[in-house]
Amino acid sequence: MSTRRVAITGAGVVSPFGGGVSEFWSALSAGRHAFAPIEGIDLTRLRFSLGAQVRRWDPLAHFDPRDASLLDPFAQFAAVAAREAVASAGIVWTPALRQSSAIVTGSCVGGQSTKDEQFLALYANNSPRINPLTIPRIMENAGASRISLEHGVTGPVFTVSTACSSSNHAIGQAFWMVRSGAVELALAGGSEAVFSLGFLKAWEAMRVVSPDVCRPFSRDRRGLVLGEGAAILVLEPLGAARARGAEVLAEVCGFGMSSDAHHITQPSPAGAARAIRAALADASLPPESIGYINAHGTGTQANDPAETAAIRDVFGPHVSRLAVSSTKSSNIRGGRRANDARHSRDQENTFTDLARRSSTSSVHQARQHGDGQGRAASQNFTDSPLPS
Amino acid sequence: MPDDLTQRVIGVIAATQHIDAAAITADSTFAELNIDSLDGINILFALENEFNINIPDDAAKDLRSVRDITQGIAALLAPSGGAGPASA
Repeated sequence: MSTRRVAITGAGVVSPFGGGVSEFWSALSAGRHAFAPIEGIDLTRLRFSLGAQVRRWDPLAHFDPRDASLLDPFAQFAAVAAREAVASAGIVWTPALRQSSAIVTGSCVGGQSTKDEQFLALYANNSPRINPLTIPRIMENAGASRISLEHGVTGPVFTVSTACSSSNHAIGQAFWMVRSGAVELALAGGSEAVFSLGFLKAWEAMRVVSPDVCRPFSRDRRGLVLGEGAAILVLEPLGAARARGAEVLAEVCGFGMSSDAHHITQPSPAGAARAIRAALADASLPPESIGYINAHGTGTQANDPAETAAIRDVFGPHVSRLAVSSTKSSNIRGGRRANDARHSRDQENTFTDLARRSSTSSVHQARQHGDGQGRAASQNFTDSPLPS
Repeated sequence: MPDDLTQRVIGVIAATQHIDAAAITADSTFAELNIDSLDGINILFALENEFNINIPDDAAKDLRSVRDITQGIAALLAPSGGAGPASA
């Protein structure tokens, strides 16, 4: 089995900030957040009111009417992000490349708003039938399938569904497939569209949603804030990227994953620590080589201390030189989880950090977490250029 | 003998946790009853249905015992509702 270095050469985003990667990055680097009163939902029926919604989304701006009716917003987001990723990477499809490319997406709940609408019609409105497009719209691999159809990709096309870590795991699987030589190129990432009353009520019942903003690693944190969107990356062998003159945005050096086998909602530091160590081992990198961690950082009571303990366990004294932040202070995607940790250079906003030699910070971090070192990245971000 | 409110709370906890109500007293703590955070939100859901009330998140996170719950619910059910640790 060959082992190749893997580059990220393209990226695409649909985010609550509007536009694509450029708008997403501008917002993050300016310390802006996307939380606003949720639109289209009766807020008198919810205990929280803020969300990071993709607003003013017009499916017909991106799809013809027939295709739009086939796709739940979560699949639309994935397809549009993939278009930007492919275009930014300068991919020129050939029959051979299409056959040797993979698409791996992550989604936790798929087309849940379609499910909500259709079951409402059935149960509450006594509709005698369900829309025949319901199954194609709600299946969690609908985004991957759509991307495959649009680009004619006929290699492995599948979806990973592992709650908050879905998209991380998708990128990890794609990375391993490209590195091993199983495929020559991969589109990987994920999407989520979460704003239906039924789903929001389910989150409300979990009692982990903040009544205001999300403050990862802050002592006064009150929970997470739900968001939606998509992010898709293009992964290919570093050698191939350089040979075709592609801009290398970042290199994915390693990936690790683990399961706590501990509790369905209470994270264990040991599980997260094993994932981090696995990623470092996979990358053949010592802990001291890491400058920045883009953390899960949900801002919940349960996650942040456990994640902080895991980071402390793995990095020991090096913790004092680490910068940590969480994108969830700005918005969240179906993408990260404490028991899934990789080298920092394979995250959407993180590679943008490296490429532009800047840093993000946890926007709402008013006070550092009492247990740890969750400091804003801007305090001591250690930039590290790509190895030649 | 526990009062009626406490009896109802104990009944909800017993049913939710699938444990004998006789093993629960007004002074039982969640730790003693082996109730974790996920059990806790399940119990709160059942209590909201039992008493037809809404228990806010901020009040819920400080509940550690049967007595915490009964006091919170009593406050919610009081005519002035909302004076206690839990409010509608």
